[in-house]
Amino acid sequence: MSKYKMHILLCGGTGCQSSGSSVILDNLQKELLMKGLSDEVQVIRTGCFGFCEKGPIVNVLPDNTFYVEVKPEDAREIIDEHVIKGRQVKRLLYVDPENKQHVPDSKHMGFYKKQLRIALRNCGFIDPENIDESIAHDAYMALGKVLTEMSPTEAIDIIKKSGLRGRGGGGFPTGLKWEITSQSVSDKKYVVCNADEGDPGAFMDRSILEGDPHSVLEAMAICGYCIGADEGLIYIRAEYPLAIKRLKIAIKQAEEYGLLGENILDTGFNFKIKLRYGAGAFVCGEETALIHSMEGKRGEPANKPPFPSVKGYLDKPTNVNNVETFANIPAIILKGADWFSSIGTEKSKGTKVFALAGKINNVGLIEVPMGITLREIIYEIGGGIKGGKKFKAVQTGGPSGGCLTEKHLDTPIDYDNLIQAGSMMGSGGMIVMDEDDCMVSVAKFYLDFIVEESCGKCAPCRIGNKRLYEILDKICDGNGTQEDLERLKNLSNVIKDTSLCGLGQTSPNPVLSTMTNFWEEYKEHVHDKKCRSGHCKNLLYYVIDPEACIGCMLCVRNCPVFAITGERKQSHFIHQDKCIKCGACMEKCKFDAIHLTPDYVMA
Amino acid sequence: MEKIKTLADLKRKQEAVKSQVNLRDRASRAENLVQIKVAMATCGIASGAKEVMEYFVEELEKRNIEAVVTQTGCMGYCYAEPTVEVKLQDAEPIVFGYVDTKKANEIIERYIKTGELVDGIIPKNYETIN
Repeated sequence: MSKYKMHILLCGGTGCQSSGSSVILDNLQKELLMKGLSDEVQVIRTGCFGFCEKGPIVNVLPDNTFYVEVKPEDAREIIDEHVIKGRQVKRLLYVDPENKQHVPDSKHMGFYKKQLRIALRNCGFIDPENIDESIAHDAYMALGKVLTEMSPTEAIDIIKKSGLRGRGGGGFPTGLKWEITSQSVSDKKYVVCNADEGDPGAFMDRSILEGDPHSVLEAMAICGYCIGADEGLIYIRAEYPLAIKRLKIAIKQAEEYGLLGENILDTGFNFKIKLRYGAGAFVCGEETALIHSMEGKRGEPANKPPFPSVKGYLDKPTNVNNVETFANIPAIILKGADWFSSIGTEKSKGTKVFALAGKINNVGLIEVPMGITLREIIYEIGGGIKGGKKFKAVQTGGPSGGCLTEKHLDTPIDYDNLIQAGSMMGSGGMIVMDEDDCMVSVAKFYLDFIVEESCGKCAPCRIGNKRLYEILDKICDGNGTQEDLERLKNLSNVIKDTSLCGLGQTSPNPVLSTMTNFWEEYKEHVHDKKCRSGHCKNLLYYVIDPEACIGCMLCVRNCPVFAITGERKQSHFIHQDKCIKCGACMEKCKFDAIHLTPDYVMA
Repeated sequence: MEKIKTLADLKRKQEAVKSQVNLRDRASRAENLVQIKVAMATCGIASGAKEVMEYFVEELEKRNIEAVVTQTGCMGYCYAEPTVEVKLQDAEPIVFGYVDTKKANEIIERYIKTGELVDGIIPKNYETIN
C-alpha cells in the first residue's frame, strides 16, 4: 500500500492555473520537503473542481477539508497548521454566503449539494497525468467489458436504451448515430471527437479533457469497436494548450500500456487516436465544417445529407460525438442503461454539465440531472445574483440559443423544454444577466460574435447577420425607428429559413428571443429613446439638478456645442437636442450638480 | 512499462494501483467508515502518537478494515497521551487514553471489530459548540 497518510488535491484546471495554482503546488511541495513530510503527504494536481469562482481550490484528505481562494503564500500555513498540527486554517474555508458560517467540506456547500457528477466523475479527484489513478477508478474497464463480453450491436443497444443524447447541443440520440454509422459499409471508418468548444463562456469540454482525458479516449475506442473503426481523431482547438498537453500524455500512457494500439486486451481489436488542431473558428463545431477543417480544407459546412455517418472524413463513414457525450459512455456501459435512464426527464436522460457565468455568485462548472429547474441552478447552486441584484435573464445555448426569463425559472431543464421556451441546450453555457444588462445590447453582442464567425459561404448568414447587427447598433445609439423593429423581425426569420448550416439557421435566435421576451425594452429604445438599464451610453442624458446648481456659468462656458443656457446665479439647463454627450460639463462642475439619467427630459 | 495484455491484466493492475487512491475514495464516504483521530499535538507526538497513527494505518489495511485515519490537535487530555478518538458508524465517538501499539491492537480487535468496549475510555467531560 502507499505510505501516504494524507492527500492534498490541488486544482490544476486552466482557471486555477491562471490564478497561480502551479506556484501553490511548488510551495506545498517545498514546505513538505523542508519539514520531512514528503513521504507522508502526497500533493496531486487534479482537473477542475468546478468551483472556479473561489479558485484556486485545495482539498485536503482524508478529512475532506475544502480550502478556497488559496494564495501561494498560504502553502506554509496549510502545512504547518493543518498537516502538522491537525487544525483547519479557518480563514481559507468557504463561507456560506447566507448564514456567514465556515463550511469545512464540500459536501455541505450549496454549490455541490444538488450536483450529480457522471461526466465529471473524476474531475478534481484524480491526477489526469497519471493513468494508474484513472485505472484505479475503472478507466478502460468498460472497454474491456465491451470487447470481451459484447457484440457491437449489443453495446450499441445499451447506449440506445440509455437514452443518451448528443451533449454538443443538437441532442441527437447517440445510440442511433452509432447504429447508422455501424451500418454504413466501408473498408475504413473514423471516430471523431468534437472538442471544438466555441460558445462564449463555455468550458465544460475543456475541463473534462483537462481533468479526465482517459474517459474520452476509452469511449472513443468503445465507439470504434461498435461502428467498426480502427482510428479516432480528436478535433481540438489550439487555444486549449493544457487540454492538448494532457491528452497527449494520456494517449502516450494508454499506448504504453497497450490500451490503445494493436490487439487491445488480446481481442484482436485495434484502435489508435490522433489529435487534430483547429484554429478556433466557431463554425468548425458544426460537424461537416469540422471534417473539412480536418481534411485541410476551409472550415465551411456542407449540405446534409449525406451525413458524416455515411460520408464523412476523407469520404469515409465518420461518427462525430462531443467530448461530454463520450465522457458519459464508460459509466453507462459499467452501470447499465437502466441506471442512466432512471436519471433525468422522459426524453432527456442523464445529466448535463453547465458552465455558469455572468452576474452570478458562484461562477463555475456544474453537472446536474436533467429536469432540474433554473431556479435551483441559479439560487441554490449558483448562490444567487451578484450584489443582491434582481435576476433578469439567462442566455443558454450560446450565440445560437436564446434567453430564459423569470417566467421560465421553474421550468424543468431538458432539451425539449428549452426549445419550447425559445432557447436551446447548446453545449451548456449559461450566462446570467441582472437588471443592469440591456437586452438589446446583449443581442448586439451575440450578433457581433456571429458576424465575426460567419464563414461567408452563404448570403443570408454573411450579409443578413451584418445587417442585423447594424440595425441593433442603430437602435442602441438611439436612432432606431418602428420600421427598424419590423425589419429586424423579418430579416431574422429570413436568415433562419434560408441559411445553409446550423450556425446561420440559429444565428438570429438571440434577437428573436430577446424581442419575444423583452419587447418593452426594444420599444423603449426606439420610441422613448430610453435604455432602462443605463447600459446604452447614447441613451443616457446629462441633466442639471436645479437645487444643486449655483449658476456659476462654468459648464455654460465649457460646453463645446453651446447646449447649456442659463444666467449667472440662476440654475442652468442642458438642451438635449444640441447635447453631444461629451461629458465636459459634468467633469467641470464643482458642485456635483450634473448627472446622467436614462429618462429623456424634453426642453 | 509493462503492457496490459488482457482484461485479467487490467483487473490485476487496477487492484495494484487502487491503494494509491483508496484514501481519496474513503474520504468521500467517511461517515460510513470507521473514523479514527489521533491527537498529534506536541504532547501527543512526544508520547508516541506518530507510531500509534502509523500502526493504525498499517494494521487496519492489513486486517482489511476500511477506515479513515486522521490526525487532530490536542484534545486536552495531555496526562493520558497518546489519545485516540474512534467513531464507528452510527455511534458516538469514544476517546481512548494511553494508547500504545498494544492498546491499539486491542482497540482494533475488540472495539472496532466487535463493538466491545475496552479499558482506557476517557469519559466526555465537556461540551462543544458547533
